[in-house]
Amino acid sequence: MNTIAYFKERFDQFQPGEDQGGLDKLRGQAFQTFSQMGIPGSKHEEWKYTRIAGLFNKEFQLPADPLTGIVSPDDLNRLRLPGHEATNELVFVNGFYSFSLSKIRSTNLQVLALEEAADGEFRGIVNQWLGDSSHYQKDGLNALNTAFVHGAVFIHAGKAEHIEHPLYIYHITDARSVNILSQPRSLMYLSEQAHAQVVENYATLGSNESFTNQIMEIIVEQEARLEYYKVQNDGSNTNQVSTTHIRQIGKSFIQAVTISLDGGLIRNNLNVILDAKNCEAHLYGLYFQTGHSHIDNHTIVDNVKPNCLSNELYKGILNHQSTGVFNGKIFVRQPAQKTNAYQSNKNILLSDTCSVNTKPQLEIFADDVKCTHGCTVGRLNEEGLFYLQSRGISEKTARNLLLSAYASDILDQIKLLSLRGWVEKLINERLEKELS
Amino acid sequence: MLTIQNLHAGIEGKKILNGINLEIKAGEVHAIMGPNGSGKSTLASVLAGRKDYEVLEGSVEFLGKDLLELSPEHRAALGLFLAFQYPIEIPGLNTINFIKTAVNEIRKSRGESPLDAVTFLKRMKEKMALVNIEQTLLSRSLNEGFSGGEKKRNEVFQMAMLEPRLAILDETDSGLDIDAIRIVSNGVNKLRNKDNAVLVVTHYQRLLDYIVPDYVHVLYNGRIVKSGTKELAFELEERGYDFIKNENTVETV
Repeated sequence: MNTIAYFKERFDQFQPGEDQGGLDKLRGQAFQTFSQMGIPGSKHEEWKYTRIAGLFNKEFQLPADPLTGIVSPDDLNRLRLPGHEATNELVFVNGFYSFSLSKIRSTNLQVLALEEAADGEFRGIVNQWLGDSSHYQKDGLNALNTAFVHGAVFIHAGKAEHIEHPLYIYHITDARSVNILSQPRSLMYLSEQAHAQVVENYATLGSNESFTNQIMEIIVEQEARLEYYKVQNDGSNTNQVSTTHIRQIGKSFIQAVTISLDGGLIRNNLNVILDAKNCEAHLYGLYFQTGHSHIDNHTIVDNVKPNCLSNELYKGILNHQSTGVFNGKIFVRQPAQKTNAYQSNKNILLSDTCSVNTKPQLEIFADDVKCTHGCTVGRLNEEGLFYLQSRGISEKTARNLLLSAYASDILDQIKLLSLRGWVEKLINERLEKELS
Repeated sequence: MLTIQNLHAGIEGKKILNGINLEIKAGEVHAIMGPNGSGKSTLASVLAGRKDYEVLEGSVEFLGKDLLELSPEHRAALGLFLAFQYPIEIPGLNTINFIKTAVNEIRKSRGESPLDAVTFLKRMKEKMALVNIEQTLLSRSLNEGFSGGEKKRNEVFQMAMLEPRLAILDETDSGLDIDAIRIVSNGVNKLRNKDNAVLVVTHYQRLLDYIVPDYVHVLYNGRIVKSGTKELAFELEERGYDFIKNENTVETV
């Protein structure tokens, strides 16, 4: 069992004993927060339907070092996504950024160790924004990650730099010999007019259990553009709490697409802070769960400044005994007049034993705003099924076509064609398997 | 081709068809007319194999097979086609892909190889001209945002592509203006030949001006109470359904 005493012991071992641009202080504070709050239990309002405390009854190893060489280039080759030749590859192993496995192909992209960034020219940015997500995820897990900020990475796109190759971030957990707790951490900064595409993917090696407690914080400046994709298709022996925190500090555009295809237990926190006038944000999600898997998408759209537009659409397909949670918060602060915020969550249940809890949560303090929300939970459209069958299409193929059609408006948002092709292939394979 | 004998059927415990007898031969056009609630759409649904409907008694033979034993897709593969009164909108399903899948699944169940892209495209162009439908419409999601007329034209286009032996047109004229009815009917007429048959289900006579039937049957209370030639349709148009209702009330007293 992983007790607070265990984490304390590990925490003490981790301290480098020298100042690293203030990181040690941040870690110390975070550990204190974690000690007080612990792992969130089901009494915590935000964790009511996703129970993770029980997971820590098992023994997870929190690796002490970047275990270089454990994941070989051959291992990595098997995990690379299609089109990787034309990407920047950022590889984390057991939560530590690996410079040797990573490959940065864009010359205008800077990727450096967080310690180095915190101690150099980016000191101001790191001090200001590292840990920004803790204002929204007020729980022990967020603090636990920050308490162990080691082997983290800082990613910088300079002014007006269009990063030609997308950033593919691989989070690899090596659970071949023991259960592993990994805590990847990254901070990304998009300067004025910078453009970037980011993809995060997760893979666990071996059959022991993994727990990934990950945070990525992204700051987006004026006229910058971010496309962010998270694709989760790991095995049933994996668990993850994955936080993506995006703050738009200038008029900018972002879109975030979260695709979750299994994994034992997944909790995604997606925060989008519209912290400047005229920002635009699009949040899309697709989850397709089978077996006993669990998916939880908690999203926050925080309208801080006026005239922003946010559009959110999450769609789910659940089968077998899988469970789902959607919680969509929209905050409209008093100064955020003329806010346009839309939210929708749709679910199709394929079995009698799966379930979903969906909850829109709007807190509006401004009076001149337009906000809509809606959610549906239902079965596959029987009328549509009969229509297709009456044209000679077998029931299986008809179900397949209807579910693909249902997923298509989310998949259409994936602008990286090689990624989209790969995700479509995964979904088609899944449909073939599920519906046979 | 189609023989219906003493067909009784209903939905959710409510009996709607009370002993239908009907024989359709290749090359014929039959019309089934009747007031609202007489069982017209139920008959069409039962023939196509809609799940919610329960057959209580009787038999339907289609091309020598027991139709009621077959799944909807097998009925289609055998050559049955239902043009829907309310075609379903399916966002995200491309119309052309849908039709291609249907054509090839039917070919597969007949032991034929899938059509290659060139042949499929050629056939598609041919049939598009036949029913006067534009490519832009077919490039869109199935029926999504289509007007009433476009949906019905799409039904007839699908019929053209699938080349059924028996086409059932369920209230194909409902919601259409005269021009749209003419276009849709022209399409159906061009597809008629000595080997196939059409069953037109309609409330009004006007569609029968364009798709001229060999036989007209009047359905009332789930039974065919009168059969005749196309003149019967004119009589119905002139006198309304009341005379049928009255006649049948008298008969049953």
